[in-house]
Amino acid sequence: MPAHPQHTPSGSPDGDSTARVVLDAGDIQRALTRISHEILERNKGADDLVLLGIPSRGVPLAERIAERIASVEGYAVPVGSLDVTMYRDDLRMKPARALLPTSIPPGGIDGKVVVLVDDVLFSGRTIRAALDALNDIGRPQAVRLAVLVDRGHRELPIRADFVGKNLPTSLIERVRVTLAGIDEVDAVTIQGLAPEGGAA
Amino acid sequence: MKRHLLSAADLSRDDAELVLSTAAELRELADRPIKKLPALRGRTVVNLFFEDSTRTRISFEAAAKRLSADVINFAAKGSSLSKGESLKDTALTLEAMGADAVVVRHGASGAPHRLANSGWVRSSVVNAGDGTHEHPTQALLDAFTMWRHLGESKPGGLEGRKVAIVGDVLHSRVARSNALLLQTLGADVTLVAPPTLLPVGVETWPVEVSYDLDAVIPKADAVMMLRVQAERMNGGFFPTAREYSRRYGLDGRRMATLQDHTIVMHPGPMVRGMEITADVADSDRSVIVEQVTNGVAVRMAVLYLLLGGSTPAVGGEE
Repeated sequence: MPAHPQHTPSGSPDGDSTARVVLDAGDIQRALTRISHEILERNKGADDLVLLGIPSRGVPLAERIAERIASVEGYAVPVGSLDVTMYRDDLRMKPARALLPTSIPPGGIDGKVVVLVDDVLFSGRTIRAALDALNDIGRPQAVRLAVLVDRGHRELPIRADFVGKNLPTSLIERVRVTLAGIDEVDAVTIQGLAPEGGAA
Repeated sequence: MKRHLLSAADLSRDDAELVLSTAAELRELADRPIKKLPALRGRTVVNLFFEDSTRTRISFEAAAKRLSADVINFAAKGSSLSKGESLKDTALTLEAMGADAVVVRHGASGAPHRLANSGWVRSSVVNAGDGTHEHPTQALLDAFTMWRHLGESKPGGLEGRKVAIVGDVLHSRVARSNALLLQTLGADVTLVAPPTLLPVGVETWPVEVSYDLDAVIPKADAVMMLRVQAERMNGGFFPTAREYSRRYGLDGRRMATLQDHTIVMHPGPMVRGMEITADVADSDRSVIVEQVTNGVAVRMAVLYLLLGGSTPAVGGEE
């Protein structure tokens, strides 16, 4: 399933001649600032919020959103990470994969408003897996979804509440998000190449 | 295709560290209200125990159940095995039942290898202790415990750490698996035992050997005590239990010579007063109870990495 080509490790986004930068560092910052305000507006403040990033690139995004909320509201929103590897529906179609960190903030998620944060929303299967994973951890009052990029092509009835940029793409294109901290620079790029091994 | 775990030597350094880091994530599960993951839903794990075992069987059972696998326990006593059925016929029965993994303990060294390589079963075979040969998951949980205490849970964390394995090395499958795995992970192992309790060919192992416990333990970062396996002995290995205990037992006086960070381990079951005194076993340095907790996480990691995907991520060649 080609849901997450952006997790493929690769060099700098500028290295590939067919890669096109659609969001640069400034665009990403502005998008995250807007998302942070939208979360606060929707939640009527920062009370009871818990941000859970989906590894690997959802986690730094969640941390950045939490920083912005802290600077606006002066309240440190709990941030954690939620690995969905064991809940994926394609677990048995690929070799067993290494697990990524899950860390639930000390207050737990019972009765909280959980905002899942991921980099790219594509088929929706990762989010389905995340909802199942949350089910085993607690019972939030509500679950919302924030993504940096929504590239369409949903295969499940899932939508994002907060979107950095809607990016209409073709299925043969690849969207890659790089974030300083994990990668060299902040950028969202599109490559027009056919995916490796014809995965689409 | 890689799909069995028969020997600690089957694991490359990358494999072993993948098991440790996977176990580190799975250990967090013990703190959650729902201690269950769906990764092995619909898979069947058979615990095939020809020898008595409480700890290892329960640990594997808990690990498989926490990953949502179905578990079938097959013990020698009161089953067809005690009526004279051969290993082959037992294996064919398991195959007919559709087992995805067989966790096997057997009194004969090499029985899991036979099961894995004979073509009798298609399932993954995990060695849970065979004779005096190997016990790879025990070595993994020991390494995991050391890695958490001494290696900051980082890759390469056991590089250059000194581990003393003390006692009945001759009859110990734990010692052999530990020596192989710790060597893979870059630690330095010293075996300490009376000459009569060292196996033939120990000079070919990747370890140092000493007969003097007092000289070794002040330099060690971890001291692992082994049980004297009286049930496998027919006399003559040492003069008296008291003399063994005086020379090779870990007591409070010897514990006082350890470095501050040194941990004391024991694979269990321990015989208090023989290889280890009660005050050492119950001291702050002792991680013996934690080893049991870690055992479940490590066995979950092994089962997940062997069975969780379309092809196993670790293990030996078929």
